[in-house]
Amino acid sequence: MTTAGGRAAAGAATAGGALAGRAAAPGHVAGPLVRLAERAAPRRRAGSPAQEAAALGQATALALTDLAALAAATEGDAADILEFQIALLEDDALTGPAFAAIAAGHPADRAWGEAIGALVRDYEATEDDYFRARAADLKDLAERVAAAIAGETAAAAALPANAILVARDLAPSRFLATDWTGRGIALADGSPTSHVAMLARARGVPMVVGLGPIDAASGTRALLDGDAGTLALAPDAAGEADFAARAAASARDAAEAAAGAAVAAASADGVPVQVMINVADPAELATLDPAICDGIGLVRTEFLFHGRAGLPDEDEQAAVYAGILAWAAGRPVVVRTLDAGGDKPIAGLTREGETNPFLGLRGVRLSLARPEVFAVQLRALLRAAPAGDLRVMIPMVSVPAEMARVRALVAEAAAALAARGVAHRLPPVGMMVEVPAAAIALDRFDTDFVSIGSNDLTQYVMAAGRDEPSVAGLADPADPAVLRLVRMTVEAAAAKAVPVSLCGDAGGDPRLVPLLLATGLRSLSMAPTAVGRVKRTIAGLVLGHDPAPAGAAAPAGAEDPR
Amino acid sequence: MTTTATATALLTHDVGLHARPSVKLTKLAKTFASHIELATVDGGPWIDAKSIVKVMAAKAPKDTVLHFRAEGDDADAAVRALVELVERDFPDGAEERP
Repeated sequence: MTTAGGRAAAGAATAGGALAGRAAAPGHVAGPLVRLAERAAPRRRAGSPAQEAAALGQATALALTDLAALAAATEGDAADILEFQIALLEDDALTGPAFAAIAAGHPADRAWGEAIGALVRDYEATEDDYFRARAADLKDLAERVAAAIAGETAAAAALPANAILVARDLAPSRFLATDWTGRGIALADGSPTSHVAMLARARGVPMVVGLGPIDAASGTRALLDGDAGTLALAPDAAGEADFAARAAASARDAAEAAAGAAVAAASADGVPVQVMINVADPAELATLDPAICDGIGLVRTEFLFHGRAGLPDEDEQAAVYAGILAWAAGRPVVVRTLDAGGDKPIAGLTREGETNPFLGLRGVRLSLARPEVFAVQLRALLRAAPAGDLRVMIPMVSVPAEMARVRALVAEAAAALAARGVAHRLPPVGMMVEVPAAAIALDRFDTDFVSIGSNDLTQYVMAAGRDEPSVAGLADPADPAVLRLVRMTVEAAAAKAVPVSLCGDAGGDPRLVPLLLATGLRSLSMAPTAVGRVKRTIAGLVLGHDPAPAGAAAPAGAEDPR
Repeated sequence: MTTTATATALLTHDVGLHARPSVKLTKLAKTFASHIELATVDGGPWIDAKSIVKVMAAKAPKDTVLHFRAEGDDADAAVRALVELVERDFPDGAEERP
């Protein structure tokens, strides 16, 4: 999402004294600023051995308290894993060497890291799958205590009502651990296309990024405008009145759009457009009416790995997928297999220390490198498939061999389920087009459907990182180069007679929707909060009666992603 | 009065002495004052039955004969309780003493 007006002014003060940044998620919040404790400098200053021993003692005590609270709120396997972490932390055989290293002059963080690192390596080195999986639990524990040593609390502190959280940047895990009802986010850095900005839009949490240094204490009253991308500090009465008027107008606008959300989308001249929603967490569905959409164009499955210790098992995943299919009540549901890596690291799964994670082991590359994790997800998806119109989407496909390998693994998963006598069905398997190589040579791929991931496609085509504010202007999905690739993808999909959709943030941006539909796209998937506005935008467009791109006859049903 | 007690039990748990059974075993062991050790081979090496790190490190698979030995005032009760835990296949709640 680009903000033409905000781009040049980012980080500057406006005439009215407000800080100008980039709008990342719409909405308005008036309330007190709350500064998120900045992460202590990467290298903390070590104290005397006695102070370091006290630091480790306090950190393990804090971690134990947090784990006990988590365990009390958890059941089944997940609770067992937490109990295991608690038992480890209470064991002198683990903490003893760390305290001994501190007595010998090592700082607490290093002593802890080395003590548990030895255990992690021991678990990772075993032949036994079960023990290797426990290494992830140990790493989770290692990070929890390390964060406590660094002075961070693992649990998000409760925010006051109408709070505006101020931070340099915000980790997705921290976002997901916080109740944002009525609250907003103001970031000094960050980008509107980051993972956390996407989550904020999906959850309807007003958010402004790229504000530059925010020089105000916690408790300062502030006005956050997620539509204009501004933050006003200590406003005067006129500023308050102006803000209240803008907030009311925006809320009215959003309510009108929401009222129209349940009507199927069509252009002014009657061309239907399929409007689907993106789901980052099934919990979002509880408050949504399935009638607002034609299906779910993207279910992210990274949520399965958030806020938990250990990897979710097949039963648990199958139940979650079946629940989503039940909500959709027969509408198509496109589930994307785990898309970890890049800006979405998962402890114990993704690799650390890649010089460029966006060009590294992520998406399907990681799944194929960790087939034991991937196979669990595939079996769970096949088991859920009979419950509705499930389609399985593979992220970050670059070469046809990856799809061939995925299909072989899907066949293996089906055979394994058949051998166990478990009911299942083979769903269509499609690919995301987000790597330029896939967009340029789509005809070479064996895929049942195509979904364009505009966020990554844009960053890879423009060579401008999603999380790099200084090049946010370049990361423009409306750039002709990106739009040409979108059109090529639509044409190539039509030639293959497979359905094509788009599920990046561009699909939910009313300013970009006309450009995307002009490429021949007739199916968009977006954050649920964008549905009303996008449908209104579509209703104002004249698309003409030939939805097919020039030169490619659309096969019957090409607009149906089946 | 300090006594010494020993006993053996056959590990029938499907996945062997993994996280969940190990947590239960060490929790139960810690409820006794005695020094308690276990071994996966007769004669040792003996490991501290109250340490999850060491119990897990034994990586005892299904069908291992576990040897327990305890020394202390409640050594007999400790060994009896641990043998029962293993023989009853680590039921829920068994790590707490009645």
